[in-house]
Amino acid sequence: MRESAGIKVFRVVTIVVLTAFVIVPLYVMITSSLKPLGEVRNAFSWFPQHLTLTPYVDIWSTVPLAQYFANSVVVCVIATAISLVLAIFASYAVSRWRFKGRTVFTTTVLSTQMFPGVLFLLPLFLIFTNITTATHIPLIGTRLGLIITYLTFTLPFSIWMLAGYFDGIPRELDEAAMVDGNGPMGALWRVVLPAARPGIVAVAIYGFMTAWGEVLFASVLTTQQNQMTLAIGLQQYSTQTNVYWNQIMAASLVVSVPIVVMFLLLQRSFVAGLTAGAVK
Amino acid sequence: MSATTAPSPSGAPGRSGLRKGWWLPYALLGPAVIFEILVHIIPMVTGIWMSFIKLTRIYLRNWGQAPVVGLGNYKTSLDFSSSIGQGILHSFLITCGFTIIVLALSWGFGMAAAVALQRPFPGRGLFRTVFLIPYALPIYAGIITWKFMFQRSTGAINHILVDQLHLLGDKPFWLIGGNAFWAIVIVAIWRTWPFAFLMLMAGLQSIPSDVYEASAVDGAKPFRQWRSITLPMLRPVNTVLILVMFLWTFNDFNTPFVLFGSTAQPPAGDLISFHIYDASFLTWNFGYGSAMSVLLLVFLLIVTSIYLLVINRRSQRA
Amino acid sequence: MAKKRVMLVGALAAATVAIALSGCSSNSGSSDKNVTLEYWASNQGTSLANDKKVLTPVLNKFTKQTGIKVNLTVIGWNDLQNKINTAISSNQGPDVVNIGNTWGPAFQASGAFVDLSEHADAIGGLDKFATTALNAGSQKGKTDHPASVPLYGLAYGLYYNKALFKAAGITTPPTTWEEFVADAKKLTDPSKGQYGVAIAGASYTENVHFAFLTAAQNGAEFYDGDKPTFTSDAIVSGVQRYLDLIGKDKVVNPDDAQLDNGSDPLQELAQGKAAMVLSQNNADATLLSQGMKEGDYGVTNLPWPADTPAEDQISTFPAGINIAIFSYTQHLDQALKFVKYMTSEDTQATLDKPYKTLPVLKDASPSFTDDADEAKVFTTAYNEQSKVLPQVATEGDFESAVGKAVTNLIADIAQGKNVSASDIKKALSDAQTTVEAAG
Repeated sequence: MRESAGIKVFRVVTIVVLTAFVIVPLYVMITSSLKPLGEVRNAFSWFPQHLTLTPYVDIWSTVPLAQYFANSVVVCVIATAISLVLAIFASYAVSRWRFKGRTVFTTTVLSTQMFPGVLFLLPLFLIFTNITTATHIPLIGTRLGLIITYLTFTLPFSIWMLAGYFDGIPRELDEAAMVDGNGPMGALWRVVLPAARPGIVAVAIYGFMTAWGEVLFASVLTTQQNQMTLAIGLQQYSTQTNVYWNQIMAASLVVSVPIVVMFLLLQRSFVAGLTAGAVK
Repeated sequence: MSATTAPSPSGAPGRSGLRKGWWLPYALLGPAVIFEILVHIIPMVTGIWMSFIKLTRIYLRNWGQAPVVGLGNYKTSLDFSSSIGQGILHSFLITCGFTIIVLALSWGFGMAAAVALQRPFPGRGLFRTVFLIPYALPIYAGIITWKFMFQRSTGAINHILVDQLHLLGDKPFWLIGGNAFWAIVIVAIWRTWPFAFLMLMAGLQSIPSDVYEASAVDGAKPFRQWRSITLPMLRPVNTVLILVMFLWTFNDFNTPFVLFGSTAQPPAGDLISFHIYDASFLTWNFGYGSAMSVLLLVFLLIVTSIYLLVINRRSQRA
Repeated sequence: MAKKRVMLVGALAAATVAIALSGCSSNSGSSDKNVTLEYWASNQGTSLANDKKVLTPVLNKFTKQTGIKVNLTVIGWNDLQNKINTAISSNQGPDVVNIGNTWGPAFQASGAFVDLSEHADAIGGLDKFATTALNAGSQKGKTDHPASVPLYGLAYGLYYNKALFKAAGITTPPTTWEEFVADAKKLTDPSKGQYGVAIAGASYTENVHFAFLTAAQNGAEFYDGDKPTFTSDAIVSGVQRYLDLIGKDKVVNPDDAQLDNGSDPLQELAQGKAAMVLSQNNADATLLSQGMKEGDYGVTNLPWPADTPAEDQISTFPAGINIAIFSYTQHLDQALKFVKYMTSEDTQATLDKPYKTLPVLKDASPSFTDDADEAKVFTTAYNEQSKVLPQVATEGDFESAVGKAVTNLIADIAQGKNVSASDIKKALSDAQTTVEAAG
């Protein structure tokens, strides 16, 4: 099929404009991270006059970035994993059964997306501290509280997306599996999950990224170095006596690379997962 | 959420009869429900209760003793003749404008990019990857870079606009004054549109190409094809996409928080979430901050309900 | 399983209702050796890591002397107040904490900290502190029952770049506001990118401090008892005087309107882009880290208008950092020992140097600088030319509301808008409404 000139122009213009919009900040980020602090503070220039790698060395000592990195990985991986399991169970229930309370559940879950985070920040903190006092399960001053918070934040969207995905998997497959002697859980494990792999990958990526970048709750729920996440750590390059712009950029890049790479490697599954989940 | 009626698999002739397995869906939901109650529902209820008491710093240590003020916090919030009420109204209107612009442009960019990349061409994969980067970048990293670029005399934006393109005579401020609104809009779009792109691209992939071929044979122009095929086929995606983006954008806290700093937000960039944060954590009036949050929640519930109602009615008619 | 779930739900329900219940049994009898104190320090050094480096040997010495271990967390200023709030509301957090001394009255009113007058002997007596320093952190009329004691002293002064003064032919630093403005005009040359004065125009704390000081020089009071009175003519004209630096006098780079960190103007001073900065004395640390040496910059007191009567010749408020013990602590005895140690003569002398702070003890001589003139300027300012910020429970609200009002006015001016006295009055009146609602 031939393309008209109009659509070619449209495509080129769209791609050029949007690429510039996306790339310019990334370019600024990269070049600024390679400039000495004095140069970063002066008038902007597209090319560094003095290339330096010292920001990449200094970021590790100005702020205990390695520790925060490790914390972020631990928190995000565990939160994502648990959230995924819970979302799979919940979505399976929502997709395959018509039970009492189903509508209440789905409506409530969807409406949590409307909660302004600021409203329940302080209550959540208080509830965590009270549970800590009452049960000695340390939810405050540990990474556990953060894990629980993040996994819950990602649950609603994950359940919604996976339920849509499961709906798209023909029920006959479950039934065939059950005829073969599996229970509903067996059908989930042997049939539904393998068929839903792209959806699961999509949900996992979504959950991981949400947790990786969260700032507000992390700032209140953590105090010690061994709990703080990268999102908090990045703010510490701006201190009482100095704002280390070049280190902020360098550290931002360093913490972005793993997540961007992961995302881009898995983007095909992500897109496929969204297709089924959203289009249904 | 799909509302198709699902015949229970346990209704099928199998080992687990209907009555025997009635508890299974509840058991499957259980863990998710517990966490939702713990992290979303109870804090929410507590938050609503906070909106009825005078929770200033004096009572912070001892909530039990904070006097109940009933609707007092709400009255203060909605008294538009006082400077406090005016502040809220102003912030609310700013947020509405912000949401509409960000939503419209993010959707437009996402759609344009998805359509532009719909057909294979060399380099398509590369551009798709590039477009997704802002979405993959941690929130703080992306926004702080924009803050750096929006500096008046040392930032890249003014360097491009004034020094290189000579579009403006004098270097404008971006982080204070009226332009702060546009600064925050630009950053929000930058972070949001890749998500729209992602969803729409996913949606486009599920449209079989022979539909287009058939209409091309009928002589339909690309724009008409887009209107008569693409848009209707994307309806289910759009329904969800627009709602989700609306909620995220309206509740956006991170963009103003990182862009303007925790204390220095300019009035033009005073989004409602930040306004509430300010009242709660900086002015230490949690009761009043909660009242505003509840009002915001009610507003969002109403808008969402109307939206879903209209959508459902339309799809029934169609 | 089911039982556990019920219990958990029960615990949650209890949590929402009985937040007040989490009282603690004091357990201060435990042996010092088994105790680890949690200490939240504020960011005083060039980075949080730098603070850790400075404080760790000091804390180790304390552990060696007493056997009490101290777990240090350095918290940035952005987070400190939020964190203290959440600690107070949940009765969970550190044992000992640093606070900005201007927050003292509000925290005192909240009852969140231990009344140290009841344990005066345990911290080495309250009379060891300089009276100005001690009183600054308490509510008016409650200075006998301080909930926090001074740790580091700070005062405002006028820093100037000696090289730029010399180049402009100015031999002595200004002594009055009028001279200050005249010198600043001489030193301003936008074509060279050089300005007379640099300010952090988007920092609400800096802005409220100058609003307070210029108003104080006009003899104004921001509070009548507990009642905010922000709109008097004396306050309006004080604020106007400060705003005129950027508006009418044009000696401030309009860019400064977006600076939100108190260290930004000092960088301009160090780079020769600004000749003068009004700053607290820990500015030394920033200037030195920016490559200046002692002797490259001079300091004089913050000037007042020539016709200011003697009693209103104010150049600073007794600023600084206080140290306090949370009421919920289970290690009161050890916390008191720690406060005693941190405010001892030895520790003070050790820490004043790296942090560039003033001594808070009676008769102690400043050790933060080798420049005798500079030491004298700040000591005099702190002891003789100071007026306390409002010692009321709503002081924090006053700072944020008035500070933001001034921030917005500066933003308006920087964008070329004309700000009149009535605009200032309107902004201050709105700030007053906010504070009244919070009280």
